[in-house]
Amino acid sequence: MDVDKLWIVNEAIQSALQTPYHVIFEGLLVIWILRLIFSKPHKIPDKEEKLTAKEKKELVDLWKPEPLAPPVEKTLAETRPYRLVNGQVGKNIVINGHKCKNFASLNFLGLVGNKRVDDKIEKCIQNYGVGTCGPRTFYGTFDIHLELEKKLAEFMGAEEAVIYSYGFATVLSAIPAYAKKGDIIFADEAVSFAVQKGLQGSRSKVVYFKHNDMDDLEDKLKQQEKMDKKDPKKAAVVRKFMVVEGIYMNSGQICDLPKLVEFKYKYKVRLFVEESLSFGVLGKHGRGVTEHFNIPISKVDLVIACMENSLASGGGFTCGRHYVAGSQRLSAVGYVFSVSLPPLLAGAALEGLKISEENPEIFARLRQKASFFQNLLKGIKGIKLVGYPESPCFHLRRLHPVTPEKDLEFLHDVVDKCEKNGICITVATRTKAEVLSEWPASIRIAVSVQMSEKCLKEAAKVICHAVKEAFAEQRKS
Amino acid sequence: MTVVTKNGVSNGVSNGVSNGVSNGVSNGVSNGKHSPHVRPVRAFQETFEPMPLSASIFASVNYMFLGLFGVIRDFLRTNKIEKVFTASEDPEMKGFAPLYDDFLSFYHRNAFMRIIECLTRPLARAPGAVLHIVEREFSNAGWVCKYTGKILKNVVNLGSYNYLGISENKGKSTKVVIEAAKKYGVGICSPRREVGNLDIHSELEQVVAEYLDVEASISFGMGFATNVMTIPSLVDKDCLVLGDEHNHASIATGCKLSNATIRRFKHNNMEDLEKKLCDGIAYGQPRTHRPWKKILIVVEGVYSMEGSITNLAGIVALKKKYKAYLYIDEAHSMGALGKRARGVTDYFGIDAKEVDVIMGTFSKFFPGQGGFIAGSRAIIEHLRADSAIASYATSMSAPVCQQAISVFNMLSSTEEGKKKTKQLAKNCRMFRQGLKKAGFIVYGNDDSPIVPVMIFYPSKMLGFSREMLERGFAVVVAGYPATPVLGSRVRFCLSATLTDKQIQDALSAIIDVGDLVQMTYLKGK
Repeated sequence: MDVDKLWIVNEAIQSALQTPYHVIFEGLLVIWILRLIFSKPHKIPDKEEKLTAKEKKELVDLWKPEPLAPPVEKTLAETRPYRLVNGQVGKNIVINGHKCKNFASLNFLGLVGNKRVDDKIEKCIQNYGVGTCGPRTFYGTFDIHLELEKKLAEFMGAEEAVIYSYGFATVLSAIPAYAKKGDIIFADEAVSFAVQKGLQGSRSKVVYFKHNDMDDLEDKLKQQEKMDKKDPKKAAVVRKFMVVEGIYMNSGQICDLPKLVEFKYKYKVRLFVEESLSFGVLGKHGRGVTEHFNIPISKVDLVIACMENSLASGGGFTCGRHYVAGSQRLSAVGYVFSVSLPPLLAGAALEGLKISEENPEIFARLRQKASFFQNLLKGIKGIKLVGYPESPCFHLRRLHPVTPEKDLEFLHDVVDKCEKNGICITVATRTKAEVLSEWPASIRIAVSVQMSEKCLKEAAKVICHAVKEAFAEQRKS
Repeated sequence: MTVVTKNGVSNGVSNGVSNGVSNGVSNGVSNGKHSPHVRPVRAFQETFEPMPLSASIFASVNYMFLGLFGVIRDFLRTNKIEKVFTASEDPEMKGFAPLYDDFLSFYHRNAFMRIIECLTRPLARAPGAVLHIVEREFSNAGWVCKYTGKILKNVVNLGSYNYLGISENKGKSTKVVIEAAKKYGVGICSPRREVGNLDIHSELEQVVAEYLDVEASISFGMGFATNVMTIPSLVDKDCLVLGDEHNHASIATGCKLSNATIRRFKHNNMEDLEKKLCDGIAYGQPRTHRPWKKILIVVEGVYSMEGSITNLAGIVALKKKYKAYLYIDEAHSMGALGKRARGVTDYFGIDAKEVDVIMGTFSKFFPGQGGFIAGSRAIIEHLRADSAIASYATSMSAPVCQQAISVFNMLSSTEEGKKKTKQLAKNCRMFRQGLKKAGFIVYGNDDSPIVPVMIFYPSKMLGFSREMLERGFAVVVAGYPATPVLGSRVRFCLSATLTDKQIQDALSAIIDVGDLVQMTYLKGK
């Protein structure tokens, strides 16, 4: 380089050093220009052009809505009519004019038609009338509700129980009372429809894990833990829940409660167990899946159950520690905004609890009969039995499924044949609105403790025969 | 502001003033033709007096004091100076995210528990014209509750949903219900679609359809669940639901579960509803602008916290003009409104078939439990096939069905029903006039059996309820979160069984206590 040029550069540097603010300012300008050149262009949102009144009227005139419901003929062609029952839905049932033994309704403890329960119901009707005329907060609380809540809490060994007026609405209201938008719920993919609606109503993020697969659940919990480590502040306020069922309505399987409790404390995830089928079934005293696994009920954050199955009454309840259960009285929609449980149903449930307490051997007997019946049905050719061995509620599926429609037709055929031969069973209802719509169709069998061994053997014969005939008919067609 | 409409021939809704139909009952046709089956009704009069400025200032001060004391007491509780009665979390749960949001639990601890003695009062017998309340004593700002062992007998009932006074169930109707209980038991343990469909259910549905003069109806085991699971069967994510801003929580839950787009219109405001209908159709779905599959307007017959009656005439006119569908929740109006107690359609003289879906409950005026949907055969058969309750939830218990059947039969075939409706209407008017004369702010429609009287101050709720109980009257006070924060009120539910003397006694007690608690905001105006 020339000496002159060097000198010019030197002078430039000298003058820059004498006026540093200049340099800084110009430097910042250069950086700003570079940033503008390389940043993404900011889009101005187009303001929607408003329509004129005339344009709106034209659009209104052109608009053709769909009918509110499909035409009657279409609906009737696509669905089966309801089966008609005359009289009690007890051990014996008269369905579509056929006298049958009832293996379809969830009357596990045989309390439908029990004399003591009927007498209690009569007393309640005479004292309280039929309805309560108000929600719990506004003169809808009767002394019998308080008595029932106390009795349920005592029976379950929990601190507090809260009763609802309808089983379906119990889990639908209980989950959204705690889980809100932004929270995370890990739920088994086979949870029943009411639970699915509760999960949807909570607006939380729902992560389904494979049915009863604890490894899959643990994977998902670990993934969440990794994400939480990236944002610990957010993780500290986001509530996490696990929702499972004691005995699953859709499969008759039992949940792995010890593993779930282990995950609860390891991954800091609260545990809700829906015990509609396991309450009054599992455990030495019928306290459900916690008693079955010998786990103190305080380890489960909330037990949700209904009194419509084992207690053969109406309504549902939740129980748990005071800290958890108490808040439902203010925040559960189905509790606050609904009229309370009719006293006659509360009375029936109370009497049912007393009878169960006086006859604790009834639960072991029920499980033994369930096990016996399952063994009789396991051997049926072409049928797969799904369910926990001692569960009085289990499913029969086709061993080699064909198509969903043909399988369903086959199962309905089996049910019809059994009905004509004096055994009432039912296909487990599923609708398109279920989360797991590809779940295979099945017949759900429910065993009542009232059924004798002789009766169970005869029923097994009838079902076996009906299955054979149905297979033969399908092969011909 | 008061909205008054004159009797007369309507020319539709498009010239309506801001809060109502301006020319009496609409016949649904906008060119002024008068349809012969529509009977003009009395002036459709609703009042929603604005909150006096002094009340809004001092009620806010009231809340500030409550908040201040709440903070002080929380401080005392955390530092173990004051005894803690709240349940606390299990120590093993350390490290879990907190279960409750701070504000709601703060409100629960420091405001809600203070008025707990007015709420959840237990009863010892059937609620009729009088109640037998189990007495409780509260201390420590509502945290400690003791049962004294006494029962307060013959407290006049101004709070239960017992509009036609049928709850006492004496005599023949009780016998029939007991017989049904013996024949069927109470437990069914199965949904309608499986083996829970009893003959008595079909009988009930037939009776309901005949009573309302519609094509068909379907019954469900719970009124709340009826709304929650019927709306998702009718609309889906490509549909628009226009709901009144004061709709019940069950309707809100049902709309949420349906995934439809929900837009709320101002309470009973036909102009706002029309604008939302028009814009909804014109602009279509958000972002894509695809046309909506269906538009469903959801309203209630009588609003349980406002005491107002829906402007059915106006809504039917709009729904016809814009090809929308109409769903009415008649939980509080069925059996209370109309000459034949058929609900809000009877009240306006509109054919029940004009409403696409009528929803009602058996828990309020029957009383029992359960709900029903009435409408065209297509809708009912669709619900039979598709409704989640029919598919998964246990069906209605037989004695409860029988109760509802007996009451419907009584109302449709005997004079007793007509007498009760007349008495209820008379009681409503007498009660409201008495309160308005005394200077109370009374919300809602003159014909509605629900009479909300504004209190505004949270602390006055407790005072009013306690004083009324001491004078032998059971009332219902409602505050946040059931009402807006500054909208605390006492809500009277009238009954046909209240005699003239009981109403006069109630009015003098209310005026007495109202003066004591200073609730007569319009006195002297």
